[in-house]
Amino acid sequence: MNEPENHQKPPLEPHLKELENEAIFIFREVAAEFENPVMLYSVGKDSSTLLHLARKAFYPEKIPFPLLHINTGWKFSQMIEFRDELIKRYELELISFTNPRGVNENVTPFTHGSALYTDIMKTEALRMALDDGQYDAAFGGARRDEEASRAKERIYSFRTPDHRWDPRNQRPELWSIYNGMIKKGESVRAFPLSNWTESDVWQYIRAEDIPIVPLYFAKNRPVIERDGMLILAEDKRLELAPNEQIKQMDIRFRTLGCFPLSGAIKSEARNIDEIIEEIEVATVSERQGRAIDRDQAGSMEMKKREGYF
Amino acid sequence: MSELNLAKQQDLTKSTLKNLSPLRFITCGSVDDGKSTLIGRLLWDTKAVKEDQEERLRKDSRKQKDGLNLPEFALLLDGLQAEREQGITIDVAYRYFSTSKRTFIVADTPGHEQYTRNMATGASSAELAILLVDARVGILEQTKRHAMIASMMGIKQFILAVNKIDLANYDRQLFETIETEFSEFALSLGITDIISIPMCALKGENVVNKDLEHMGWYEGPTLLEALERATIRSKQTVGFRMPVQRVCRPNESFRGYQGTVSGGAVKPGDSVVILPSGIKANVTNIITFDLVRNAAVAGDAITLELDRNVDIARGDMISSIDARPLVGHNFSANIICLAQSGIVANKRYWLKSSSKLQRVVVEPISVIDLKSGQYNACDSFELNNIGKVKLRFEEEANFDIYDENPDTGSFILIDPDSNNTIAGGMISAKIEQVANIDNFNEEEIIVFSMPLVEAKKLQQLEGFKEISDKVQQTQTIKSKLRNLLSDID
Repeated sequence: MNEPENHQKPPLEPHLKELENEAIFIFREVAAEFENPVMLYSVGKDSSTLLHLARKAFYPEKIPFPLLHINTGWKFSQMIEFRDELIKRYELELISFTNPRGVNENVTPFTHGSALYTDIMKTEALRMALDDGQYDAAFGGARRDEEASRAKERIYSFRTPDHRWDPRNQRPELWSIYNGMIKKGESVRAFPLSNWTESDVWQYIRAEDIPIVPLYFAKNRPVIERDGMLILAEDKRLELAPNEQIKQMDIRFRTLGCFPLSGAIKSEARNIDEIIEEIEVATVSERQGRAIDRDQAGSMEMKKREGYF
Repeated sequence: MSELNLAKQQDLTKSTLKNLSPLRFITCGSVDDGKSTLIGRLLWDTKAVKEDQEERLRKDSRKQKDGLNLPEFALLLDGLQAEREQGITIDVAYRYFSTSKRTFIVADTPGHEQYTRNMATGASSAELAILLVDARVGILEQTKRHAMIASMMGIKQFILAVNKIDLANYDRQLFETIETEFSEFALSLGITDIISIPMCALKGENVVNKDLEHMGWYEGPTLLEALERATIRSKQTVGFRMPVQRVCRPNESFRGYQGTVSGGAVKPGDSVVILPSGIKANVTNIITFDLVRNAAVAGDAITLELDRNVDIARGDMISSIDARPLVGHNFSANIICLAQSGIVANKRYWLKSSSKLQRVVVEPISVIDLKSGQYNACDSFELNNIGKVKLRFEEEANFDIYDENPDTGSFILIDPDSNNTIAGGMISAKIEQVANIDNFNEEEIIVFSMPLVEAKKLQQLEGFKEISDKVQQTQTIKSKLRNLLSDID
């Protein structure tokens, strides 16, 4: 059975409680309506929150579906350590998938550029993994406040058999009644955190004492500066250009992905209270550290149409 | 401001404000009224726009039309490329911002008549509607249509945002004329809770910050103040309802029913009835991940354990025994048609409500003319039509009246051919299947007459339900009854 850890927490603030109730409702609804759901798990803070909510939703039962991690092979090593520890502790079923084509053709963010690399190792990999498992529903931790095209995403987001999203032709969603009727081969992506903001996620992580990857907390770490981003220089796979030098800096990450594409921020926030304080006064949104969103307006919408999460 | 509003305001200042639930609201108005500018302004002044978004916004802004050196706020909202290109909002977009007192979820919906369905979608989960009007233009047919749709979707609180007042020389008299005209119209719809605010969204006057320079004459709240003070309807005063989402069976010895309380409250020891089976049981435990609780109220996602093993499946309703939902095969409802394919009479659709899927046949009755507010008889529905229908279920269904409990009184219709959501609906009444005197096999008959209110109480009684198929009920008016009874000696 799924064991709760802490029986003595103070009650949640009403707005967090309402968000939690909504997420639990969505988890239960999808688990009951679909034959073969899976939960996308990226090891980041939103995924950690999603996982925590899933454990709550089904308690005292264990989570009745597997977790799927699309592993590009270029994740921070701390993420993989954290993931493996958590899977063991909570006795979860994890499927880690890496695109075999990418491995064979040696696709890397350095040799193929961030756009093509992301397309093969993330978008194509996700499509392959979903086809492999024949999943008819996939939970994701996307939030509507992250990016403009996500603001119109449904809670149950319909996908064609080739995983395409048609933003012009979405099913209307009224009240909290979700339409889960699909034909064979079609699927739904379900987003229990749709109505959460970054600040909500952090407040909830603090209130619920949810474990997260230590890279979110500031620490003195080696970095290089590349294309205006601070790249962590702890990994042997990072090749330095002649003009690049490793510097020690107090940094942390607001979002985590592949280490060569994730920019760190200078920060002194060493615990959750300090992170929340930092966000309250932050003037830069969290996706700013992501190379893939920065090409042009609408770039996320294009990736999403292609099946990117 | 009315005395009632003032009292509400004082109450709120006394209470601890950070304990407020989030407010979900909708904005209605067309692009020309400056709706996107208004929301953009709210996000901007509550610091919900970050530096890099601002930078991109300024980069994407095509023109600076006003010399204020402000970005085009609308670009913050119109997220889809097509919308950016056409400069219109075609879908519902959700936006988030917060103050030290409250968090807010805004459904930004398009104003054009062809997007009525998007507005209804946004309104379905909203507690409050902001109706935007251009001070120079005043109340339009569109404003009335939006008020009508919002009111129909159950919204009780309205803010009339009289925008672009700067372009009308901050004219107090003009503002008051618009306010009065709207109040009179709103009253005809039964809307009484209205706050009218003169403002200029572009310059941010009376949106977040009070404008004393030009509108010292206005004594009411700013838009943000009004939003912070808005109330949330309580669903805790009605009968207990928990639609079963799933049965939780981690091992042989445990069997729990998982769902979200959608009305009233429950505590261990309460007797409940399971619908449609009618079997009764007692609640033994309310389980959540954090603790075993001694009560749960509307909104709580819980797992219920009962004192006996009964056959309960997803879609069943666990209800209090003394305040049950309406149970029957025939209901009347208001619906809004959301699909191009329309709704045709006598086709079998799927109806989903409270985690339950059922087969239903829809009989269109009338459709509202959004210009005049009149209902016209009809035999089908087209996209964006709003009207009344009769629902015929193959199996017994249970609902509450939407006005009493939106969670258990709302539904969607799904076309079994396309799997698309084709309508949203709100239950307005159960259609009583009454007996007919032709089927009475005795000659002696007693006629009771009583006020409607009392008759409704009688219909709820357990004993009455048992014999209801042997009682003919006819609703009439006093004068007709008097004539009728005078014929019986």
